This record gives sequence, structure tokens and C-alpha cells, in this order.
Amino acid sequence: MSAGRPVLIVGGSMGGLRTAEALRRSGYTGPVTVIGAELHAPYNRPPLSKDVLSAGVTHEAVAFPARAATADVEWILGSQAVTADLDNRSVSTDDGREYPWSALVIATGLRARRLPFPPIAGRHTVRTLDDAMALRQELSPGTRVVVVGSGFIGCEVGATARKLGCEVTIVSPSAEPMVRPLGGMLAAELRRRHERHGVEFRLGRSVSELLGDSRFEGVLLDNGETVEGDVLVEAIGSECNTGWLADASLDLEDGVLADTALRAVPRNGTARDDVYVVGDIARFPNLMFDEVPRRVEHWNIPTDTGKRAGAVLGAWLANDGSFADIAAKEFAPMPAFWSNQFDVSLQAYGLPGLAGDEDIRILRGELCGDVAVGYYRERRLVGVVGLGFKTELLPFRQEIAG
Amino acid sequence: MIKIEVNMDACQHYGQCVFEAPNLFALNADDKLEYHAEADESERDNVESAVDVCPMQAIRIVE
Ligand SMILES: Cc1cc2nc3c(=O)[nH]c(=O)nc-3n(C[C@H](O)[C@H](O)[C@H](O)COP(=O)(O)OP(=O)(O)OC[C@H]3O[C@@H](n4cnc5c(N)ncnc54)[C@H](O)[C@@H]3O)c2cc1C
Ligand code: SF4
Repeated sequence: MSAGRPVLIVGGSMGGLRTAEALRRSGYTGPVTVIGAELHAPYNRPPLSKDVLSAGVTHEAVAFPARAATADVEWILGSQAVTADLDNRSVSTDDGREYPWSALVIATGLRARRLPFPPIAGRHTVRTLDDAMALRQELSPGTRVVVVGSGFIGCEVGATARKLGCEVTIVSPSAEPMVRPLGGMLAAELRRRHERHGVEFRLGRSVSELLGDSRFEGVLLDNGETVEGDVLVEAIGSECNTGWLADASLDLEDGVLADTALRAVPRNGTARDDVYVVGDIARFPNLMFDEVPRRVEHWNIPTDTGKRAGAVLGAWLANDGSFADIAAKEFAPMPAFWSNQFDVSLQAYGLPGLAGDEDIRILRGELCGDVAVGYYRERRLVGVVGLGFKTELLPFRQEIAG
Repeated sequence: MIKIEVNMDACQHYGQCVFEAPNLFALNADDKLEYHAEADESERDNVESAVDVCPMQAIRIVE
């Protein structure tokens, strides 16, 4: 039996932290262990591409507050899980230790995808605090920064570097920046706003080669053009940290499949009451939209899924008959996203990416100023994005929730 | 008693906290945040939720 064994949370970031807190809130007083590959206690990632990248990157500036209720959680930091044995309920780490568990929480999130070129100095990504610290050291007025990738992180880093006085070129195979989540209309407007601040774009282009032998000197594009630079930022998306689960029977198609109680659903289709998935790595159905399981890389998701998983797991461990009811409760978290790029503050609710370009229209304001844009699927509002507007979006948020 | 502090320089008036602790946080007619600096211990879960959802991490419980 598993009595006396801890709940083991693998991944020491926001999702892991919120699950540990929720587990305590549920009344569970037994042991909880968190294994995290990073040396830092949980911290907030969004500022790493925004204000903190410009102001000064320190752990203190981004750390989540520690709470008394979770003071007795054991944190094993700087240690990486390498295998999981779900039958024997055990995880092993890169330092050769074995961790038996009573229940497992998968919270290992994502890592930055890299371009397929040899490692040279001057190549950067921004996923972790250490990444941001290393990048910050290389940014000074006049530094030529080439950003590859025009998603949110690429555009935010580009805007921050520009504010610091760098020369910024964003290279991307997409037709417009951030077009996948935002659609063509808003994406084009955001590009114009970036261009007004002096950011250059090479859109519809990919990188054929990196220039420089030991240190980055520029990129060669697929049309033969060279863009010279001192620093390369790779912001081409992310990959799920599922490598340590490779031996397990789980569905690892895209992240880890879970049900609406955040219980892992193995390939055999029967959810496991003792294994949970939270945060960026969780692919779960959100009944606000439909029954299709999706991963959602938005900041509110680690908190919402962590709270939910902690409550369900707490009930399972309590073994007091409350489990079935709690696991069956409706779970339909409102996806929320924001971004700051130059003087633009963008706020989004729902899943705008579900709408086709023909189902996007302005709800309030004007595209060149403060604006609220609505995203429809089968005539139902599924997303809203505001530039400048904030409280003005709340009635639309309500409408999305249905 | 719980003491609540909001860094009004950081707060961007997103209003996320209002959903979590409506008794303590509100947006006024000018869409600016107003909040109670003290709350009963029974509100702790709600205040912690408000801390969790604030995109600017502007809310602090002063222990
Ligand atoms: C630069 C940046 C800016 C962002 N900006 C925004 C924004 O403006 N708005 C927004 O909504 N979202 C934003 N996000 C997304 C948001 O930060 C993520 O959704 C959130 O961090 C996900 O948290 P998580 O706990 O699920 O995963 P992660 O934060 O990825 O944490 C996973 C942790 O697990 C650890 N780990 C991985 N593998 C192992 C292993 N085998 N063993 C042990 N530990 C392991 C990792 O080291 C990591 O610490 C941003 C993200 C980044 C990187
Ligand atoms: S959630 Fe944070 S930023 Fe938004 S109104 Fe509340 S305190 Fe201000």
C-alpha cells in the first residue's frame, strides 16, 4: 500500500505550487514533495519578457509569495525526474534517487524549442529566469537583436529590447505577428504599432543558416537575404517536458491527456485517480467551449488547473466519500491572457484562436486606437481581445462564459 | 484580521481580483480599483485567490 508515502509533484513552478496549496486547502495534512529541475523557488514568468527584462532580472522581482499553509512541503530543487513507474508508484531522478508516491502530479510544463543549428555564443531563448538574466546582460543601446519567431514572447522581447535602445528585427514564417491566436486584423495592427516604434519585420521568411563561427553574427534567410546581428533570440514556440514519462502508459500525443478533474487519462481510456496533470502540459477538455481536450498556454491555467487538481486529489486521499461528487463538478475555467508591447496593453478572454478570419469583428472602438475585437464560432462569442480596453471587456467575458 | 496591500503603481486595473473577492475589491465608476485594506480571516481563501489571479502580482497579504 501507499500509506505514509508523499504526494509527489514533479515540476516546481506555478502549476506545482498552486496544486500543493490547493491540496493543503482541501484538508490533506500528509507529506507533499515537489521535485523541480530549476534551482529557483517558484516564480512568475510573464515579466521575463516584459518589465523585468528591461528593469533588471532578479528572483526577488518575480518570486511568488510563500504561504504558511505550505511551509511543510518538501522542495527538492535542481533535480530532474527521469523515469516514472506508474505500476509501482515511483519516480526516479537524475541524481539516482527513487521517490515512491501515493499520488503523482505532473507539472513539468514546457521548454523553449530551439533552431536546428550548432550551439554558438549569442543564442538565447526566454523561458526561465536564468535565460532572461543571460539575455539581459547582452542588451544595451545599439545592440542588434534578431528575434526569430513572432508569437507573443518574440514580440514582447522585441518590444522590450527596442525600448532598451536595441535595433530589432523579427524574422518569422508567419504572414503577420501573433496571427495564430489573434487572427489577421489585429495581428496586422500590432505589426503596424511595432513598426512605428522602429521594429523591423521579415515575415514569410525562415532562417536557412546562422552566421558566425564561435559567436552569432547574423542569419541567412531562405530568400538569400542576410540580417546581421549581435544577439539571436529564438522564440519559435515550445515543447512539452514529457520525456520522463516515456515509459508510462499515458497519452502523450500533445502534453498529457487529462479529464475535467485533471486526472491523467492513459491510452486505455480509464482515468487514474492517483495521477494528475496541471498547467501548460495538461491537455484537458474545457466545457465552456466543447469536449475537445486542448493545452492552453495561458497564465491563469496553472492556477485554475492546480486548484482543481488539488481539490480532487485531496478528496481522493481523504477517502471520506466526497471524491465522486468533487471529481464530477463542472470545470470550465475562463482562459485569460494579457500582453504589454510598447504602449499597447492587450487583454484577452476565451479562445480567440477558435475563430476563422471571417468570424472576427470589432465590437467597440477603432482598430487604430483602443479597440475590442470579438471572435465567433458558429455565431457564438468564443473570444475577445482588447487593446487599451480592460473593464470594457468584462461584459464580453460574461457572454463567452455563457 | 488580514491586512491587504495593493501596489497601485503596478495595478493596471484589470479587475481580475474583483471576481475572486467581490466583497473586498471593486472597480469604481472611473474603472479604477478600490479595495478594503483589512478583511476578516474568513475571507482568507478569497484574498489568496485574488493574489493568485492578479496579472501584475500587485496584491500582497501583509503577515
Ligand atoms: C517569457 C514568458 C512570458 C509569458 N507571458 C505570458 C503572458 O503575458 N500572459 C500569459 O497568459 N502567459 C504568459 N506566459 C505563459 C505562462 O508563464 C505559463 O503558462 C506558465 O508559466 C506555465 O506554468 P507551469 O507551471 O504549467 O509550467 P512551467 O512554468 O513551464 O514550469 C514547469 C517546471 O517544471 C520543471 N521541469 C521540467 N521537467 C522536469 C523534470 N523532468 N523534473 C523536474 N522538473 C521538471 C521546469 O524546470 C519548470 O520549472 C509566458 C511565459 C513565458 C516563458
Ligand atoms: S487584479 Fe491586480 S492589476 Fe487587476 S485590478 Fe486587481 S490588483 Fe489591479
